[in-house]
Amino acid sequence: MLVSIEDITCGYGSRPVLKNLSMTIAPGEFVAVVGPNGSGKSTLVKAVSGTLKPSAGRILLEGKDLNQLRRRDVAQVMAVLSQETAVDFDFTVEEVVMMGRIPYQRRFSAATPEDRRVVEQAMAMTGTDGLRSRLITALSGGERQRVLLARALAQEPRLLILDEPTSHLDIAHQIDLLDLIRRLNGEGLTVMAVLHDLNLAAQYAHRMVMIKDGRICVEGTPAEVVTEAVVGAVYGSRVRVVPHPEEQSPHVILLSGNAARRLPED
Amino acid sequence: MAEHLRKRHLELAPGAQAGGLQLSRSTRGRRAGIIALLALVLAVVIAAGIGSVQIPADEVMRIILSRVPGITVDRTWPQAHETILLSVRLPRVLMGALVGMALAVAGCAYQGLFKNPLADPYILGVSAGSGLGAALVIAGLGSLPVTFLGAVPAGAFAGGILTMLVVYSLAAHGSRVSTVSLLLSGVAVGSICSSLISLVVYFTDSASRDAIVFWMMGGLSGANWPKVAWLLPYLGVGAGILLFYGKELNALLMGEEQAQHLGVEVERVKKIVLLGGTLLTAGAVAFSGTIGFVGMLVPHLVRILIGPDHRYLLPVSGLVGGVVLVTADALARSLLAAVEIPVGLVMAVVGGPFFLWLLRRRMIPQDR
Repeated sequence: MLVSIEDITCGYGSRPVLKNLSMTIAPGEFVAVVGPNGSGKSTLVKAVSGTLKPSAGRILLEGKDLNQLRRRDVAQVMAVLSQETAVDFDFTVEEVVMMGRIPYQRRFSAATPEDRRVVEQAMAMTGTDGLRSRLITALSGGERQRVLLARALAQEPRLLILDEPTSHLDIAHQIDLLDLIRRLNGEGLTVMAVLHDLNLAAQYAHRMVMIKDGRICVEGTPAEVVTEAVVGAVYGSRVRVVPHPEEQSPHVILLSGNAARRLPED
Repeated sequence: MAEHLRKRHLELAPGAQAGGLQLSRSTRGRRAGIIALLALVLAVVIAAGIGSVQIPADEVMRIILSRVPGITVDRTWPQAHETILLSVRLPRVLMGALVGMALAVAGCAYQGLFKNPLADPYILGVSAGSGLGAALVIAGLGSLPVTFLGAVPAGAFAGGILTMLVVYSLAAHGSRVSTVSLLLSGVAVGSICSSLISLVVYFTDSASRDAIVFWMMGGLSGANWPKVAWLLPYLGVGAGILLFYGKELNALLMGEEQAQHLGVEVERVKKIVLLGGTLLTAGAVAFSGTIGFVGMLVPHLVRILIGPDHRYLLPVSGLVGGVVLVTADALARSLLAAVEIPVGLVMAVVGGPFFLWLLRRRMIPQDR
């Protein structure tokens, strides 16, 4: 297993958000984590990426306890692409992508030819090489996410964690980014993506994990997880699930009115 | 705003787009470093010549060179010039350079740590704490010099370090410390120290009161070689530490979580930056009082010129900080013929309006 999450309880202060949660990520997988607001998706990403320590249980990265590893070693295995974040300082695109090499660089050493080669490759893969001398502060949201993805790829990770990477993008940029990530997944990169959008998750992931109230409630292929019964019960909303016209995935049609509110009236 | 920044950047770097900004930026960083170093040498030589007895720059150079082992220079200058230069002017000018460097490097590191281009070395209350230490020593001892360095710098240094420890322990949660808590506790502890200074000033005798007020204004008038020698290790260690962490500070500008994802041990880096910044600030304040604006304006200005990469920003800011303070002190000594103005006042009078101009420059295009 690339990642084994073993019975973790995790939260902020004394309030646990994740309760006794266990899951694994196998090499090569594209796992999507979905669930309603406040279900603990972001907390799970924080725990897996090592920024939030579980109060109980442990997380193994390639068999080693994540919280015992040096950040530098973790960053050589795992890269994280977060929700779009504002950058206030005017670094150039190339400088930002080069930051992905920090886990490989020694103090005071300049970029090695190897660093330059990896950065070039990451920019080429994400189509950001044309932006290299632009300032990160001057880019559009879609361009900026591609640059941050290039930075993540420059870390040469085996696992890419995505925390709602498309939430501020328009539909064309959402599809562009996820197509790109699917291609990288096809080349062997393991992906764990927290996604808000059930349809995008079902369309791109091999496996879906649905969380509610800090626990996994359903886990399986998109066809197993995205059903009218599950979505209705977990989100409390009225939906119709239809086959995607082009892909082998279920597609959720939203109906107005919440199931929870409708029930007492019936 | 972003568009405006980009445009301004292009104005500053003609041709940069075509050649690849990263390369040209690092070249520009190195070039800026060399220019700043030359400017610092020039400023020191010229400033050392300025005073009631004017010594021409070439003579200053020759006198200094004559002291370098292995170099022989024809002694064509009056002995008095050599004495004035070596025992009065040079220690003062060098101390100005060291203090300016210390404040600019500390300010630069704090601006990175707090992700705020307007942070300064005093933001965590170190200056107020040093001021309290100095005030207590002055009020308690009168004018008795205790050691050859003077007890006041020792008290000020101790006050600064103690304040930082208090601020840090108030802000820390176990082994973690949030930058917002640091800022808040820094402001709170700083203002408590300031009110305690007022209390000391109120109850002490008028001679001590004058001495405290004069100290607070910030000046280099007590400079001598032993002080330079004492300041050097603090500057060396403090700046040395910070210069090693340029890459980490760059990553921190992207946010603490992202920095962690990039392999930076964020909590450790924060502690190290605070340690380096405190050594620099407390060391500088101990010998020169609180001189404002150098630590805020210089790194801010240098960032506009060469970009936010701390590997270049930190050293260049340090050199420019030295140039600025040496120049300001030369003005302080020569603006009025008979009296010397504390350099802290010169910086405040010049720095304040300059700061406003910078702010306006940033704001105007945004408002359009």
